[in-house]
Amino acid sequence: MPATDPADIKNKQKRSEVVNRLKAEKARAKLKRRQQIAKDEQENPALKEERLKDNQPKTLESMREFDETVVGEDEEVFAEEDTDEFAQYFNGQPPKIMVTTSKRPSANVYEFAEEFVSIFPDAELVKRGSQFEIKRIVELAIKRNYTDIVVINEDKKQPNAVTMIHLPHGPTAHFKLSSIRLSKQIRGHGTVGPQKPELILNNFSTRLGHTIGRFFAALFPHVPEFKGRQVATFHNQRDFIFFRRHRYIFKDGERCDLQELGPRFTLKLRWLQKGTFDTRFGDYEWMHKPELDTSRRKFFL
Amino acid sequence: MQCDEVIWKTIAHNFCSYKIKTTTQNFCRNEYNVTGLCSKQSCPLANSRYATVREHEGKLYLYMKTIERAHTPAKMWERVRLSQNYAKALEQIDKELIYWPEFTIHKCKQRMTKQTQYLIRMRKLQLKPRPQLIGIKKKVERREARREQKAEAAARLDQSIEKELLERLKKGVYGTDAIVNEKQSAFIGALDRLADEGEVDVDEIESEDEELMDEDEDEEEQEYEREYVSDFSEDEDVMDVEEGFSGAEFASGDSSSDDDDDEAAARRAQALKKGKANKRARVEIEYETEEAPPETMQQEW
Repeated sequence: MPATDPADIKNKQKRSEVVNRLKAEKARAKLKRRQQIAKDEQENPALKEERLKDNQPKTLESMREFDETVVGEDEEVFAEEDTDEFAQYFNGQPPKIMVTTSKRPSANVYEFAEEFVSIFPDAELVKRGSQFEIKRIVELAIKRNYTDIVVINEDKKQPNAVTMIHLPHGPTAHFKLSSIRLSKQIRGHGTVGPQKPELILNNFSTRLGHTIGRFFAALFPHVPEFKGRQVATFHNQRDFIFFRRHRYIFKDGERCDLQELGPRFTLKLRWLQKGTFDTRFGDYEWMHKPELDTSRRKFFL
Repeated sequence: MQCDEVIWKTIAHNFCSYKIKTTTQNFCRNEYNVTGLCSKQSCPLANSRYATVREHEGKLYLYMKTIERAHTPAKMWERVRLSQNYAKALEQIDKELIYWPEFTIHKCKQRMTKQTQYLIRMRKLQLKPRPQLIGIKKKVERREARREQKAEAAARLDQSIEKELLERLKKGVYGTDAIVNEKQSAFIGALDRLADEGEVDVDEIESEDEELMDEDEDEEEQEYEREYVSDFSEDEDVMDVEEGFSGAEFASGDSSSDDDDDEAAARRAQALKKGKANKRARVEIEYETEEAPPETMQQEW
């Protein structure tokens, strides 16, 4: 009997019988094929390598649109970075960070701010009076030798944005803040030790990304205390910066186990400004605009 | 043509489109009304002799009605710009409204006073930075939230952090006698082998081994159980901007920052002590301080 399209069979019972049979045959054939491949590859591992090489999935990362500002081993960029606003930190100046909130903060924001402060060993939380504008705080902080100010903004009683100001000469970065999970909301979280954590910055590839990466690097002490086995991570993926904090242990020198300490949050850069905070006359180095989102494969960090 | 009595009778007893009726009082919406009340004296329609003060784009004008021009309503009002100087403006009103009823002069001055005050307040508020309200674009928010989820999945954070840490371990960032129990199995294996060869007394080794393990476990347990209290606690440690920034302490300038550090250290110590007092009795083990690890950490991104 010639193979007919099961859709042509008018009897429903018969039709479903045929369809199910065909389906099962197909699945069996697939299983067989895969078993054969697995067997072949076990005998000859080179085959597997070849298959994996040919079979690269297309991801947003691998299909990323070309960006001319991606920094490789560029001497010029490194030379420039040696003289930028963060150079002082990288030449040995210790960080001193003030974390504060928007005016009239709610309890949620304080709760988050406390955890946020605990991330940075050199940070302290400062209550914001209602009469202090950010510009005024910047002036005062410069006089008191702070190197950074972090302002946590809130909307509907939830923290929604973070403004970071590097002192004394800027730059200023404004991030959208989302997906916050405090330590206590993380299952099986560890307690934080007093040791200085080490830092991982992943995937900050463009010029802008490098600046942001240096921004984060400058918030942490120069020399971590490895005894604490604590690591803070800023991982950039598709312009979202994921923050995580873990305690790690190496098992047999080839495996690494992690325990999360919290908090978790995600940052997304909104704008970067030269100089300290000035939304009116400030010089914006980069600002997110809807018209920049021309492609899903275009990333800026 | 113009008959005040007739007009007022209509307004009072029939209808006026400017009239706002409330239970206690009637108000007038006519912009020329000098008091804002609906009464015969202050009605701009039912008075052929009428003067008022109005503000236009931050400037004050004295408006006077000339009833002889009632047939050309566009030209019925004569206006005089009032001086910015309050005292001079008062004089001006006196001069312009000489021989006018006392009620009109008084009410004009009252209105002028009120308007001068709100203009001053407006200018003051304009100078103050005010938060800008930005519309939330629901569609964009939703899209970003979805992309964030996908980016997080694509980031495979735990794996990438583990990979980075192992890379560092291989690079020797953690030094040779690090936190790592590198190849513990190999170490135990070697001990076993030695024991088999009879070079070392087995019991001794085993006991030593156990001790070693115990110590290890102890240390580990301590790492997790022991609670370190952060230097920040809500009631006492939060510095207030007001406390911190105003007053004599701030005026003292540079020296204050040193004091601050000492204070902070003292506070930290206090907090630690407090934390300990609450806990059960336990053995304190002093760690030797580690020598400074290699400086390569700083620019590892």
